[in-house]
Amino acid sequence: MAVERLGPRLTGFRRADGRVGVRNHVVVLPVDDLSNAVCENVARTVPGTLALPHHYGRLQYGEDLDLTFRTLIGNGANPNVAAAVVVGIEPTWAHRIAEGIAKTGKPVQAYSIERFGDLKTLAAGARTAQQFLQDASELRREPIELRELLISIKCGESDTTTGLGSCPTVSQVVDRHVHDGGSVIFGETSELTGGEHLIAARCADSEVRARFQTLYDQYIAEIESSGANLLGSQPTQGNIRGGLSTIEEKALGNIAKTGSVPVVDALGPAVTPVKTGLNFMDSSSAAAEFITLMGAAGAVVHLFPTGQGNIIGNPIVPVIKLTANPLTARTMGEHVDLDVSGLLWGEYTLREAGDRLLALVERVANGRLTCAESLGHREFVLTKLYRSA
Amino acid sequence: MEGVDTEAPDQRVTARTGAPHFLAHKEGDHVGVAVQDVEPGPRRVVYMDSSRAIDLAVLEPVPLGHKVALADLAGGADVMEYGVRIGLSREPIKRGRLVHVHNIRSARWQ
Repeated sequence: MAVERLGPRLTGFRRADGRVGVRNHVVVLPVDDLSNAVCENVARTVPGTLALPHHYGRLQYGEDLDLTFRTLIGNGANPNVAAAVVVGIEPTWAHRIAEGIAKTGKPVQAYSIERFGDLKTLAAGARTAQQFLQDASELRREPIELRELLISIKCGESDTTTGLGSCPTVSQVVDRHVHDGGSVIFGETSELTGGEHLIAARCADSEVRARFQTLYDQYIAEIESSGANLLGSQPTQGNIRGGLSTIEEKALGNIAKTGSVPVVDALGPAVTPVKTGLNFMDSSSAAAEFITLMGAAGAVVHLFPTGQGNIIGNPIVPVIKLTANPLTARTMGEHVDLDVSGLLWGEYTLREAGDRLLALVERVANGRLTCAESLGHREFVLTKLYRSA
Repeated sequence: MEGVDTEAPDQRVTARTGAPHFLAHKEGDHVGVAVQDVEPGPRRVVYMDSSRAIDLAVLEPVPLGHKVALADLAGGADVMEYGVRIGLSREPIKRGRLVHVHNIRSARWQ
């Protein structure tokens, strides 16, 4: 069903670095676990700001530390964020993260707790947070194009209805978004097992294909080097309850959401795409870790097909959940932004389901709260590559 | 069956009249997916790629989302869905029987 577009119906926040967001958060970002308390107290003192507590940031090293920096800087720099207050236990790392965020041109201020204590840091951080919040409240939504929005996709608590309905619905949006000049990120490296050859075949050139294959092979080798294999966790008990029997079957349903467009790049975790189109990111399939990595890469809307009913949300990236499982839609309605279970019974076409999802993406971009946002789901989880020193 | 509770009346899913009982992704697939809770008896399967409908004698209950065999499978045979191998049969599986972790497994690891 074609809908007549009258004027600029889509609005968002155009940031100083040119990227476009659909939310206007002032975040209070801890560098490390020790700084969570102050950050949460700042957010309590200045209601309307958003603390992003997490568990790590101490004694990490090497690639794992780089990933933590990239994740924290990337989320602070995300176009859904208007301004950021950064708090760390000591000044060096706090400033490093603040400087990374400042490259976007948005207001950011760093504080450190040593030689001040929590209470002085709270007073100073809250004063800045208040200023940032008042300034952000004057930023106005502007007309934007849908193609300017970086969209991420990942499914969870999958079952066979995911491959039949909700993932193909997301595919519709992926193909249309990319054809319109937009970008999409997918990942879940190890959950491609059984269908990784299908993704490799879709890589735009041999260089991307080689990079994708290396990332995939390394992830599986890492799992196998622990003496385990994926069968211990894949499919999950939830997947099995929903009718999925093998990792291969799960992967094929998973891949059903990636559309038919080429894979233009294979990125490391929390890396911002530079190529327009469908990007693969090496990533865990655990929902909270995954969407936190997407936020770091600059995704501003996430599409999340679920079968048995994953309830995931994220503090800065609105998560739109859809299901084709009629039982999940009926019993978990408060978590389901879009019910496409009619696809199973031939009540409408896949194209119509895609139209509905696209219309919902536009409403959410314009400010409609998702189920997860309205229920306070703010899962923010850093991916840890190995144990700390 | 493991973890499946179709006993509670409010957990049962029955489609409107005329809806298929099973959808199969591709012609040639060995399994179809139940799109409602299905009882044994003559049932209808629709292939999503061709829209072709076939009749299938279902031999045991198949809950929503679970799979039924569309062909007789030998033990140790490739099991195809989406036109791709999703695993191997652990034992011979008769057409019309439930297909799940008890009678198929990943081909990747054992």
